[in-house]
Amino acid sequence: MKDMISPKRSAKAKSLKKVQFHYCSGCGHGIIHRIVAEIIDEMGLRENTIAIAPVGCSVIAYEYFNFDVTEAAHGRPPAVATGIKRIHPDKLVFTYQGDGDLAAIGTSEIIHAANRGERITTVFVNNAVYGMTNGQMAPTTLLGQRTETTPLGRDALREGYPLKIMEMLAVLPGVQFLARSTVHTPQEILKTKKLIKRAFDVQLHGHGFSMVEVLSMCPTCWGMTPLEALDFVRNRMIPFYPLGIIKEPDKNENGQYGKEQPKK
Amino acid sequence: MKVLTNGNEAIAEAAVQAGCRFYAGYPITPQNEIPGYFARRMPEVKGTFIQSESEIAAINMVFGAAVAGARCMTSSSGPGISLKQEGISYIAACQLPVVIVNMMRGGPGLGDVSPAQSDYFQATKGGGHGDYHMIVFAPEDVQEAYTLTFNAFNYADYYRNPVMILGDGILGQMMEPIEQVNPSFELPLPEKDYILDGCRGREARSMMSLFLREGELERHNAILQEKYKRIQEELCLVEMVDVDQSDVVIVAYGTVARICNTVMREASNEGIKVGLIRPITLWPFPAKQIYDKVKNNAKVLVVEMSAGQMLEDVKLALNGKANIDFLGRMGGGIPLVVDILKKVVSMKGDS
Ligand SMILES: Cc1ncc(C[n+]2csc(CCOP(=O)(O)OP(=O)(O)O)c2C)c(N)n1
Repeated sequence: MKDMISPKRSAKAKSLKKVQFHYCSGCGHGIIHRIVAEIIDEMGLRENTIAIAPVGCSVIAYEYFNFDVTEAAHGRPPAVATGIKRIHPDKLVFTYQGDGDLAAIGTSEIIHAANRGERITTVFVNNAVYGMTNGQMAPTTLLGQRTETTPLGRDALREGYPLKIMEMLAVLPGVQFLARSTVHTPQEILKTKKLIKRAFDVQLHGHGFSMVEVLSMCPTCWGMTPLEALDFVRNRMIPFYPLGIIKEPDKNENGQYGKEQPKK
Repeated sequence: MKVLTNGNEAIAEAAVQAGCRFYAGYPITPQNEIPGYFARRMPEVKGTFIQSESEIAAINMVFGAAVAGARCMTSSSGPGISLKQEGISYIAACQLPVVIVNMMRGGPGLGDVSPAQSDYFQATKGGGHGDYHMIVFAPEDVQEAYTLTFNAFNYADYYRNPVMILGDGILGQMMEPIEQVNPSFELPLPEKDYILDGCRGREARSMMSLFLREGELERHNAILQEKYKRIQEELCLVEMVDVDQSDVVIVAYGTVARICNTVMREASNEGIKVGLIRPITLWPFPAKQIYDKVKNNAKVLVVEMSAGQMLEDVKLALNGKANIDFLGRMGGGIPLVVDILKKVVSMKGDS
């Protein structure tokens, strides 16, 4: 972890402003912000990026990202991104969304943006809970998981089952790249970085919609220490939300990914 | 050269002429000719037309297009406009130039698809959450729908504020010959120094309506209110006909004002002088112009296709100066000339 996200290293990430994160200790948002910023630096895209922040703990992503960022109403980043990308088709446009934002109030927007094959990327941070509003059940909350609004643990008969958004999106032809990863170990952080970079690449090569779901920690709302939270990701989340690439563009005979689709 | 067109298509073409290159909307009667027209027209001008999955998505798509710096529009009616309210509040908060069309239909609820003016409060008083205003234009015919829509884009950019074109099902569907002549706009448009297009050669920008630091949100609100005050001072548009020498003054807007033109003629045949005040901007409401023009103890009749919404603004404007009566039809009913005339005759009779 030292190598990737040490303060010294991040101070060099031009795509991050030189301010301290406000996130709780052990929260995954800071790590994921940093990964995204480093990728954008490495791809040389800082001046060609427009990001859409969600409503959730990461609403103030614009305080940290040192590139153009707009806020959007709760759940609507994919619609806002659609408007932006259609006006600036050559920019890297990505949404950064929590599981309440994306998988509850914004389900319609994410499915339809994905189904239109919008050339945007979504970084979907799944911490299995509503962080900003103090830890209520999210659509992704695991069975048995206690939250403010499932004090006895989520019960399938009462609250339904955790929603696997990626698996739902995988059937849509407009969706070109889907992967799930985590940030609970340094190795996984590195993998997450590779996957998000691939997702951006898919967007820039005009293949269609791309998205990476990142399983993330919320020790504060889970009522755990930061270390216990890492175990929760390992022992509870990963078994239910399997990691890896779920969908990627077809390779052509030269081993390269698919034909570019016509620009919108 | 005149072209024969309906209000909905006139609005869509005026938007294209004004440089609107992004439209998103969801079908609802009585405004379907607007998305239909854009679907055909946008590809011709290399613009974008999106039939969105909902009105919520549509308003957020235009939010994005406006943040990206494009002239953009969405349109709907009644239930769909209600769904857009959260987005409109964000657009107003972020001071984005977006043009929104509401071709009003009868409500509340699903209501019906007949013309109505019952979204006046929603349009002029805010509609969504928070202290904000849209500029609201109320065209009375197809020609004016064209002209006002064209300049709506200019005013939206000039004030960095959402603008609503508030019509009704009659205006949307009615065919009339119009001149597609683009009106002039003399005011200098400010540079769009807020748009997000990648931070090449400049500092990174952000667009937000969240202000958490002590006092920040109150200061932001003060900036908005100052702008609204300026708009109120600069932009009140109203047409006044024969108000001075009248027995009864009618106040009406949009389609209803047109009906009242006939009332004026027929009343004059019966020897009754009727004046007409027709607000063209509903917000800012031309309160001062109305107050200055209407004489003490004048007889004023407000006519609307609602239970009496603009009526409240007329009362506030006149501040007890005149005797105000009301005639309204609701739920898609259209006030008839005979009924308005009868009311005018009875008002003239009471002395
Ligand atoms: C329309 C609307 N409804 C509700 C809220 C309140 N709210 C803010 S954030 C949030 C949930 C955020 O959870 P999530 O998306 O999982 O992000 P996290 O905070 O966990 O990162 C809710 C319900 C809101 N701001 N707007």
